[in-house]
Amino acid sequence: MTQVIEGMELVYEKPQTMTDAYLHYCPGCGHSVAHRLLMEVVQEMGIQDRTVGVAPVGCSVFAYNYMNIDMQEAAHGRACAVATGVKRVMPDKFIFTYQGDGDLAAIGTAETVHTINRGENILIVFINNGVYGMTGGQMAPTTLIGMKTTTSPYGREQATMGYPLKITEMISVLPGAFYVTRQAVHTAAAVRKTKKAFEKAFEYQKLNRGTCFIEIVSNCPSGWKMTPVESNEWMEKNMFPLYPLGDIKVPTQLN
Amino acid sequence: MIRGTIIVAQDTCKGCELCIVACPQDCIEMSERLNVRGYRYAQLKNDTCTGCVNCALVCPDVAITVYRQPKSTSKKIQPAAAVA
Ligand SMILES: Cc1ncc(C[n+]2csc(CCOP(=O)(O)OP(=O)(O)O)c2C)c(N)n1
Ligand code: SF4
Ligand code: SF4
Repeated sequence: MTQVIEGMELVYEKPQTMTDAYLHYCPGCGHSVAHRLLMEVVQEMGIQDRTVGVAPVGCSVFAYNYMNIDMQEAAHGRACAVATGVKRVMPDKFIFTYQGDGDLAAIGTAETVHTINRGENILIVFINNGVYGMTGGQMAPTTLIGMKTTTSPYGREQATMGYPLKITEMISVLPGAFYVTRQAVHTAAAVRKTKKAFEKAFEYQKLNRGTCFIEIVSNCPSGWKMTPVESNEWMEKNMFPLYPLGDIKVPTQLN
Repeated sequence: MIRGTIIVAQDTCKGCELCIVACPQDCIEMSERLNVRGYRYAQLKNDTCTGCVNCALVCPDVAITVYRQPKSTSKKIQPAAAVA
């Protein structure tokens, strides 16, 4: 129960669309902020009983423990395919997937691309922290050149490991993509913008005009071996130049 | 000046310190004591909180509840503040 303070107004409390479970994420991890924003929007739109989320494999595999809505767990990388099925069976429900970069942009690349190419009427939430967090900070397709991970101990080298995959830009050119944006959750201002993006994406889903895709450039303090505060500074300095924040594709005509 | 305050759920806080960075009033500090999970937790260190909500927005563990003096009561002090 939220405490009442005499003479004071309550201006922020945990959304009721989140469970009371203790979040298992590492201290300072952006995953939890993204969870909360999604649930705030679901609560404010009054769609708790009409929203179905699809959880990935990765650190956010337990997303269903925290989001107090109907959820389905998918095999690694297959969240978009599962969400396609759920949406087609229940077209009046709001469907979203929640996936990391290993899940969405490595093992699940095919499902992701083809789901958007079909213009499935779902929201894809993509958390890009540049590593495989859950399994111990291995290199991901999104890892920066020169970035040290457990599988690129001398830093990612382009000649043998390729370039960081800008999958958000890639899928934005597909006609099935309706709204594509890149956001972050490390400052209060960024959090407010990301929440607006979630609101728009759920509103757009009512129009049935294609896939909405929201990338969140995030941190992984444990995988990056930094404190949470350091990781956010490092992210601003190193991730944002390659993954600039802002809208990539916005609907030109809304009806 | 609008007055606000926060309540931190001590045993939910993981001591990440992101709220300290987010607070424009510099009114949050880490505790000396550890909570049940072994983390130092965030706490108010002075009464300059305006209830701006920034700390709660960045808190990954949703450990912060924010309160603010209602506009009607804070208005009484506002004219003087506006002149200054
Ligand atoms: C089929 C299959 N292959 C590999 C794994 C091992 N695995 C678990 S999580 C993961 C990567 C997760 O990384 P990411 O999607 O970036 O999420 P994060 O943990 O960083 O949030 C891998 C490779 C698995 N569980 N299943
Ligand atoms: S390993 Fe990284 S992504 Fe996973 S919970 Fe910890 S900080 Fe977050
Ligand atoms: S942001 Fe939240 S979890 Fe982190 S120190 Fe502040 S209250 Fe604790």
